[in-house]
Order: sequence, then structure tokens, then C-alpha cells
Amino acid sequence: MSDMHATSATGAGQKLQFWMKEDHHPANGTLLGFWIYLMSDCLIFACLFATYGVLGRSYAGGPSGADLFELPLVAINTTMLLLSSITYGFAVLEMQKNRKGTMMAWLVVTGLFGAAFLGIELYEFAHLIHEGAGPQRSAFLSSFFTLVGTHGLHVTFGIVWLITLLFQVGKHGLTAANKRRIMCLSMFWHFLDVVWIGVFTFVYLMGVLP
Amino acid sequence: MILPRFSWRWGQHIEDRVPDNPRTWDNVSYGPQKRIGVPFCVPTIASIMRMSMKMLRGLLIPALALLLSGCDAVLISPAGDIARQQRDLIAISVVLMLIIIIPVIVMILLFAWKYRESNKAAHAEYDPEWSHSTVLELIVWSAPLMIIIALGAITWTSTHKLDPYRPLDRIAPSQPIAEGTKPLVVEVVALDWKWLFLYPEQGIATVNEMAAPVDRPIEFHITASTVMNAFFVPSLAGMIYAMPGMETKLHAVMNKTGDFEGISANYSGAGFSDMRFRFHSLSDGDFNAWVAKVRAGGGELGRDDYLKLEQPSEREPVHYYGSVSQGLYDRILNRCVESNRMCQNEMMALDKQGGQGIVGTYNVTSPDASTLSRLGLSEAEKRYVGALCVSRTTDGVAVSPAGRPL
Amino acid sequence: MNTPDLAKLIFGRLTLEAIPYHEPILLGTFAMVAIGGIALLGLITKAKLWGYLWKEWFTSIDHKKIGIMYMVLGIVMLLRGFADALMMRAQQALAFNGNPGFLPPHHYDQVFTAHGVIMIFFVAMPLVTGLMNYVVPLQIGARDVAFPFLNNFSFWMTVSGALLVMASLFVGEFARTGWLAYPPLSGLAQSPDVGVDYYIWSLQVAGVGTTLSGINLVATIVKMRAPGMSMMKMPVFTWTSLCTNVLIVAAFPVLTACLVLLSLDRYAGTNFFTNDFGGNAMMYVNLIWIWGHPEVYILVLPVFGVFSEIVSTFSRKRLFGYASMVYATVVITVLSYLVWLHHFFTMGSGASVNSFFGITTMIISIPTGAKIFNWLFTMYRGRIKFEVPMLWTIGFMVTFVIGGMTGVMLAVPPADFLLHNSLFLIAHFHNVIIGGVVFGIFAAINYWFPKAFGYKLDAFWGKCSFWFWLVGFYVAFMPLYVLGFMGVTRRMNHFEDPSLQIWFQIAAVGAGLIALGIGSFIIQLYVSWKRRDELRDVSGDPWHGRTLEWATSSPPPDYNFAFTPVVHDSDAWWQMKEHKAERRTEGYLPIHMPKNTGAGIIIAGFAFVFGFAMIWHMWILAGLSFVALLVTAIGHTFNYKRDYYIPAEEVARTETARTEELANHV
Repeated sequence: MSDMHATSATGAGQKLQFWMKEDHHPANGTLLGFWIYLMSDCLIFACLFATYGVLGRSYAGGPSGADLFELPLVAINTTMLLLSSITYGFAVLEMQKNRKGTMMAWLVVTGLFGAAFLGIELYEFAHLIHEGAGPQRSAFLSSFFTLVGTHGLHVTFGIVWLITLLFQVGKHGLTAANKRRIMCLSMFWHFLDVVWIGVFTFVYLMGVLP
Repeated sequence: MILPRFSWRWGQHIEDRVPDNPRTWDNVSYGPQKRIGVPFCVPTIASIMRMSMKMLRGLLIPALALLLSGCDAVLISPAGDIARQQRDLIAISVVLMLIIIIPVIVMILLFAWKYRESNKAAHAEYDPEWSHSTVLELIVWSAPLMIIIALGAITWTSTHKLDPYRPLDRIAPSQPIAEGTKPLVVEVVALDWKWLFLYPEQGIATVNEMAAPVDRPIEFHITASTVMNAFFVPSLAGMIYAMPGMETKLHAVMNKTGDFEGISANYSGAGFSDMRFRFHSLSDGDFNAWVAKVRAGGGELGRDDYLKLEQPSEREPVHYYGSVSQGLYDRILNRCVESNRMCQNEMMALDKQGGQGIVGTYNVTSPDASTLSRLGLSEAEKRYVGALCVSRTTDGVAVSPAGRPL
Repeated sequence: MNTPDLAKLIFGRLTLEAIPYHEPILLGTFAMVAIGGIALLGLITKAKLWGYLWKEWFTSIDHKKIGIMYMVLGIVMLLRGFADALMMRAQQALAFNGNPGFLPPHHYDQVFTAHGVIMIFFVAMPLVTGLMNYVVPLQIGARDVAFPFLNNFSFWMTVSGALLVMASLFVGEFARTGWLAYPPLSGLAQSPDVGVDYYIWSLQVAGVGTTLSGINLVATIVKMRAPGMSMMKMPVFTWTSLCTNVLIVAAFPVLTACLVLLSLDRYAGTNFFTNDFGGNAMMYVNLIWIWGHPEVYILVLPVFGVFSEIVSTFSRKRLFGYASMVYATVVITVLSYLVWLHHFFTMGSGASVNSFFGITTMIISIPTGAKIFNWLFTMYRGRIKFEVPMLWTIGFMVTFVIGGMTGVMLAVPPADFLLHNSLFLIAHFHNVIIGGVVFGIFAAINYWFPKAFGYKLDAFWGKCSFWFWLVGFYVAFMPLYVLGFMGVTRRMNHFEDPSLQIWFQIAAVGAGLIALGIGSFIIQLYVSWKRRDELRDVSGDPWHGRTLEWATSSPPPDYNFAFTPVVHDSDAWWQMKEHKAERRTEGYLPIHMPKNTGAGIIIAGFAFVFGFAMIWHMWILAGLSFVALLVTAIGHTFNYKRDYYIPAEEVARTETARTEELANHV
């Protein structure tokens, strides 16, 4: 970059430099690219939220959120996911200190919290379907299952990715590439957390309001 | 705001003057062409045009004749006041935009021609670094802006004035609606693939044919049975969608008697192309006679009849119903013609109160076997929310909670 | 388990009945495709090209090769989409006076649906994506895109989507719903067969590719510009590409979500868009147009960039009003999200809502108008060379303003009540899509072909193609404007009023002329290849260009630039030439490049199988292919050796050869 500065003044008669002498390494775009991906994913959630906003009170003469949701269960569920975000944060801190072992341990804990979250969600779904309040019963239930289910699907993929990363870190250590991947998954994981806070507020809390 | 009125009739006038002999026709049209041609042409282009004029004439004249026949097109000379106002709006917007479009096209061709490489005369003007002019850029942005401000203002006022939901305030220009005139209400149902018209005032119904008295405002209530269609009588007024479970409205008036075409203007499946109907605009006397004919021509349109009529069919012939089961249109709109089915308005009222709770979960049903066999239908899997309660009066007529007979 | 159940388990609803062997037209098409395909495969095998194709093309992560493959895909699919158009024009010209024509509704409805879907998703999209892929990294002085593997994968996903549409010709059928598949018509109750499922899965599979390629190009343009190239020094094509890809990233997820909901309605029995149980079809219409309107600008913005490059190059003059061009592009990008409701003024929104969306639509014409003026004033005081790309540009400018005018007519809601869904509307959007996007693509192909292949395209056949297209367009679509005024609706299979027939016949002649235009283009490719030695361009800069892609050889080496250019001006290469900048001929360094990989084509192949299995309810195959897809994708992430260095000696060899070539040439 040094000769860039030397030639940036475009005075008359001054000879401009047009080709770089040394190797040019453009900045790595992975984090930016992943961030853009997250925004596009966020738009999918935005559509699902909008759909829920439009159809969320169309019970078709069936049960409403107030009839179906069990807030204590959802609160436990939310706690699981929030905790998993915190433990992921610990993992990243350990990564920055280049402590591979503890970092992997925290990742395992994160994955376990994620799995617990999924387990509770699946239990909730099974319970609702068992009660006859499956996604077919009303537009409200369709949009509920789709919004929450899409989030759950993301968490599932997050866990698959997390396991993959554990293997990769185990094999290659905390290389630059692996650190970048850990950061990407971190963004993904926290993103899901933020989306879940939206789901919790918008679907569950507001759903049980009269 | 006073909107100028444009007459599109000039085409017809020219046509009137055209003698039958094509030779003389040729002479008639050549004059104006020449006159129009001159001011638009720069000398160089004019010379080319002169050469190819002979060639072009052979092509242009039949093309012009065809175009004049196009001026007879229904949207350009409609018979209804609303369609006419909508057409005027098209004309106004075209004229407004031509203010900018014509100079632009002329400039494109002119600049392309003048600054061509082989034109050595223009080389003196060549300026490879000329790329900015504040004045020009201001014009470039503000000229379209001015047009759009004008057009935007017209859009705002005309969209409100010609809102299909807004009751009419005139029958024709300078012809206000007489005191106490009630619009003729027509309920329109788009079925697969035919049109059902119900006349609540007259108590009759028709399929694929409708009629209305000339110069009387008409109020259409429009819905559909299964898929989206668009109700469109081009000579009367612009289209509006017909959608299941929803109602759209259209206010319009026909100013001429005659036989007009109505179509579905939104693709709706296999039988779509034949989903047309005749719209008869009749004098008051003729309309009454038509109503009498319909009354005499058919039996009752009951709920069972509707359920059968609703089944897909193509090229359905015109048929009449002398009477209509009470509240049928409301039931069609609310999708509860079947007796064991919950009406959508009831469902929405219940939903507003938070649904029916867990008990409501299992309130899902299908047409019962006896109904199906009575109607001769074999519907595999049609499921809907069940009606809440069906009670019967002493003489065995089923009534809904609101007390209406089913 | 007895046999029929086993067959159902494996084949889902696919039976022999799904093969339309009783339809002569389809059988003929199939025979042609099969014979042509086998001949092509045979030729490749005979010439022992498989290894070459696999190594140099299919697995290539070079943005230039991927760009070219996108273009090939677009042109091949153009032939399919245009065949549909010819069938429609022929059917409508014939089906009068009780003559049912040769396409019964069951087929005709598939044909117009497929025509729309193919032309937008598998012709226009690959062509503009291919163009951006090829040109953008060169214009910004980069060696490749930000994510080269993703680029390859995106391309193959688009191919998989296109293959699914093509498969519907011969196995089962395509949707009969119109290209946006509005429910309830596209719902399970009204369309129980596989047509809509083909529609959904082909768009979903291709949509993954499109979204990822959008992300890729945004990251490329933001992160990988040559030193000195600030945002306001980017070439205009790069600017419009940036805005386009931002639109892709911000619009395609909406399509994905919308189609997911439709597929849940069809596969899981949910009630998003059904008539009962509280569903609301209007949600679909809104969602799909929130994607659909930006999509129009996704197609047209890149070609605005193309025309900007071409006008200034062939006028030999700096682009007039660079800054206002950029602002106009950004304004269009933002406004394109505020107009979607104008596609359904007639669905009963209130007057205030309608006029809001009508006026926002009109406002878009202000920046668009400014762009037209800017091109105009670029020609002013220029020295215009009428090469083929410039002809397309002039044709575009005249045609596009007419299309713009009819567009604004449709934006006035009460006028739209008359013209919505009519053939006027059809004429309008073909006016802007053919007059804008298609003309732009042909201009771009003629303009950048010498860069990609090292020789110019034959000008005679290029001019033939241009004039046939231009005249054909007017002959084909002006009658449709007239028919619109006659109250004729789109998608009609047959007609009653005999006075309409002449217009449809004229339109059919126009379609024939366009066919000649396409034919001339293919001849142009062939003739140019034959005459490649005469048409050879050694300079790398055949048009006296202005931007960086002309600074390197034609075709460019794998690494694009031996030395990264330093930019001081929006017309960087023009400035270099003005300053008589010397080519650097020594001090070569090894160049860091990404390695080819087969993962993209394999994963996309599994995606095709998965889509096909889902369409036919072959749950076992669907599950297996999905797992295979996932495993391959994960397996690919275990590959850490994705790059290599081109040794300095090799760079030196390539560049010295070019130095000699340049010296011999001059």
C-alpha cells in the first residue's frame, strides 16, 4: 500500500503510478459475506413474522395461543438458548486465548444446551399435535409451526455445524481458517438467539395476552 | 381540478369521409401524412424518407386503416361513464408524457445521427472530457419531476374519484343522479368457469347473462367460489377481482343501450377462455320485461342447486332462476352454503374473541354422505370448520343460531 | 408389504402414465432433444472432451469460465423459452371461429406458465448473472470473486433448477397457473398434480444459487476493489451490479419464504393461502410481488450499466453525469421496494393505498428518465462509432422510453383498471424486458465477446440479428397494445371475435422475425468462430475501452492481472492510456489462486435429485439425496487445501508471450 500513498496526489505533470509493484491482498470477505447471508436469512424470518402477524389471530374457530402455550415450558426453553449463547461467548473468549481444549469444551456445552432447546421444542410440538392442534388446524397454527419450526431447523443445522467444527478444530487446531469458521458460527448462533427473543415476545408472550 | 376532455372520435370521422374506392382513399390520407412529416424531419432524414416514401406507402396505408379500426376499440369508445373517465385519464397521461418522450426520441436519433464518426463537420465539437453541466443535470432531473408532479396530482384525485367502492355522483358529464334514485344491486359470483348474477331487489338469478337499465347506477358486490377471477365489462368500467371469501365492489353506469361483452380478466384455469357473459343494457321497460322473462324462465336457486352449479363446468349455457333461496349470496361469500359448515363471518367474530378454545380443535367436518348422495357428488376430501349448532324449528326447517333458515 | 405399496414407496406418484408418450408434440420435442443430446454427448465422447470439460469448465472456480457457462445456459434456455413463445403466438393466431388451435388448454396453460418462468429465471437471470460474473472482477481489478467455490456451486444450482423445468416436459407436466402461481389456483385443491411442485422446486433450487451468487458479488465489490478505486470511482456497470446484487440478497429470500409457505400448503396441509381455516391468498400475492418488483430491477439495472459503458465507449467520451447516474441507480434500488402493490391495484385496495403506490411507481420514472438523458448527453459532442453494441443501445433507448411511457400509463390506478391483465400489459412488459434486458444482453455479448474469446463477433450477422429483433419486436408487440385497447385479456386459449384475428396474425409474423433474429445470432456465433483469425484482436482493447477489463489480454489469463492496477479515475484504463502508462514487464511475483473443485456440481446434482424426488413424493430417495447433499457439503468443508500459487516463472512466461504478441501486432 505504501506506493499508493506516494502517488495519490494527482498533481499536474506528476507521474501517476498505475500498477502495484508488490503483491496485493484484498481483505478477506468471509465475515462480510456471512453477515450478508445472515441478513438474507433474517428476511426469511421477517416474512414468517409478517405472515404470523397477519394470520396469527385466524384461529378458524379453533384454539388460540392463550389456550395452547405453556409459558413455563417456553421460559425454560428460552433459558436454554440464552445460556447456549453465553457459553458460545465463553468459547470465543477461549479461542482468542488460543486455548483449544477449553474452547472445545465450551462448544460441547453450547451444543448440549442447543440440543436441550430442540428437545423441549419437539416435545411441545408433539404435545400440540397430539391435542389436535397441528399445523393443519388453522392459519394461526400453520404460521406458528412454520415460524417456530424454521427457527428450530436453523438450530438443528447450527448443531450439525458445531459438531463438524469440533472435528475440524480437533484435527487442525485453531488455525486462521478454523477461527474464521468459529466466528461465523458464533454470528449464526447469536443471530438465532436474537430471532428467538423475537419469537418469544411476539408469538408466546403476546399470544397469551387476552 | 378541471380535467380536459379528449375526444378520441377523430378516427371515426376520418373513416366516415373515406370513400369506398381504395385509390381515392390513398389520396386522402397522403395529404395529412405529408403535412405531419415535414416539421419533424431534419433535412437529411427527409431526403431518405422521400426515397422510401413510395415503398412505405404501400405498407403504411393498410396499417393506418387497421389502426383506425383500432380506434373503434372498446376501451377507446366505451359506453359507460366510468370507463369513459378512465379512458380520458389514459389520454391525459399519454399527452403529458409525450411532452417529454417525443423530444427525447427526436434527440436520441438526432444526436446519434449528428455525432456519428463519419460526420466530419461535427468533429470540431468533439469534447471527450465534457461530462458535467449543472444546468443540464438540473433540467434532466426536474423535467421528469414536473411531469410526475402533474401526473401524481391527477393520479391522487382521479384514484379517489374513480374508486370502484365509491358510490356514483353522476350518470354522465353534467347529468347528476336524480333524487331518490337507488342503484341497482347486482351480486356477482365467479364460479368455475361461469358467472352467476343475483338480483336481490328482483329476487332473480342468472348464469352467464346479465342486464341492467340504461343510465341507472349499478352497485356490484363481487365474490368467487374457489379461485381468483376478475369481473370485467370493458365498455362499462374497469375490472375488479373476484376472490373467494372476500367481497369487492364496483359502482358503474351504462349510458347506452346495447349488447356488451363481459369477461373474466384473470386467468383461472382450464375453462377460463370461455368464461364470458353478455351484458344487456336495456331501457327501463325492456329491463322489466327481461326480469319477467327470467322469473318465468326458471325455478328456484336453492342451496343444493348452488352446490351443484358450483361444480366446474365449461361453456355453460345461459340459464335463469326465478327466485333465490334467502341469504344465498351471504352464504356464498362466507363459504357456508353447506348446512353443516361454519360461516366465515361467524368464524371471524369467534376468532376476535379468541377462538373456541381447545374444544374447538376438533370441530372439523366434511359434507355428510347424505348431502353428497342427494347432490350426486363424490367429493373426496373437502374439510371445513363445522357449524356451531343447527337447530330445527317445529316444522323441521334447520335454522342457524341467528334464526335464519338454512 | 405387497408390490404396489413397494412401488409407491420407491417411485411415489411417478408411474409410466406420467410419460406423455401419447402427445405427438411432446414426443417430437423429446425425440429432438434426445437425438440432439445423444449426438452432443457422442461428439464430446468421440473428441475425448469429457476430461477437458470436467477439469477446465465444470469444476472451474474461475469467474470468467463460470460467467461464460452462465451465458451458455441462458442462451440454451432462451431457445426453449422462445419455442414456447412461438407456440403461443401460433395458437392465438389460429384459434378463431371455433377452431380450437393446436394446443388444448391443458397444454397451452403449461406453455405460457413455462414461458414466463423460463424467460425470467432461466434466461434473463443467468444472462445478467453471467455478465456480472465475467465483467465485475475484471472491472474492479480483482483476480476472482470473494468466494470462488460458492460461485461454481451457485451456477450448478441454477443449472439444476433449469433441468427440473426441462424434466417437466417429459416426465409429468408443468404448472398451469401463470408464472407467479397465485393461490388458490396453485393450491392443492385446484392443482393437485405435479405441475406446481415442479414450479416450486425448480425455483427453490435455482433460488439458492441466485441468493448465494448475490452475496458473493456484493462481498466481491465491497472488499476486492483495486487500490484507489473508491466507491465513486467504480465503473457504472460495477455500480449497477452492486445495486443489483443488493436487490438479489434483499429480494430472493422473500421468494424463498413465499414458496416455502406454498409448498407447506401443498405438502403438509397447512392453511396459509387456502380458502378455509383462516388462510389468506392475498398474503401470497403481496409476498410474491415484494420479491417480484425488485426482480424487474434486478434484471434491468445491470443492463443500464451495460449501456452506460457502451455509450461512453462508442461515443469516445466520458459518461455524462457519472454522479447522477450513480444516485439514480441507488434511488431506483430503494424505490423498487415501494411499488409492489401496483401489480394488483384491481384487488380492491382503498383509493389512498392505490394512489400511494401509483405515485411511487411514477417517481421511479424520474431517475430512469435522468439516466436516459445522461446517455443522450454522453452522445452529445461525441464521435459515435456505430458498431453492433451501439446499434443495440440506440434501439434500446428508443424502445425503452416507449415502454416506460406505457408503464407510467399502467401506474395510474384508474387507467390500470382498464388495462390490467390485458394484452396491453403484456406488450408493456415485453417492451421493457425485450427493449431493455434482451437488447442489453445482446449489446453486452457483442461488446465483451472479444474480451472473453480474443476475437470480435461478425458485424454483418450481428446487424442482421439486431434489425430482425428490433423490427420483429415492434411487429410482434405493437398489435398487442392495440388488442389491449380492444379489451383482450392475457392467457386466452381461443377467441370469439373474428375482427381480432388480424392483429394476432401480425403479432405471429413479428415472432417469426424475432426467430430470424435469434437465428442470425447463432449464425453470428458460428461465422465468427469460423473467421476467428480474421476477427482476432490482439490488443485486448478492440473498442478503445475505458475500464480496467480492457487493460489485460483477451482472453485474460487465469489471474486476470499480473500486477494489480492502481486506480485514480472512474475511467481507469482510459486514464492510463491518456497518461501513456507503460505495461510492467518485470518483477513478476507468484500469484495466489483458488483451486478447482468438483464439490459444487456434485452437491447441485444431489439437489436436483432431491427436488425431483420431492416433486414425485419419492420420500426414500428424497431423504437419501438430502443426506448425501449434506454429507458432501460437510465433506467439502474438511478440504483445507483450496488454493495454490501460480509460480512467478509461469506468470513471466505468459506475460512475455503477450508482450511479444503486442509488439508483433503494432
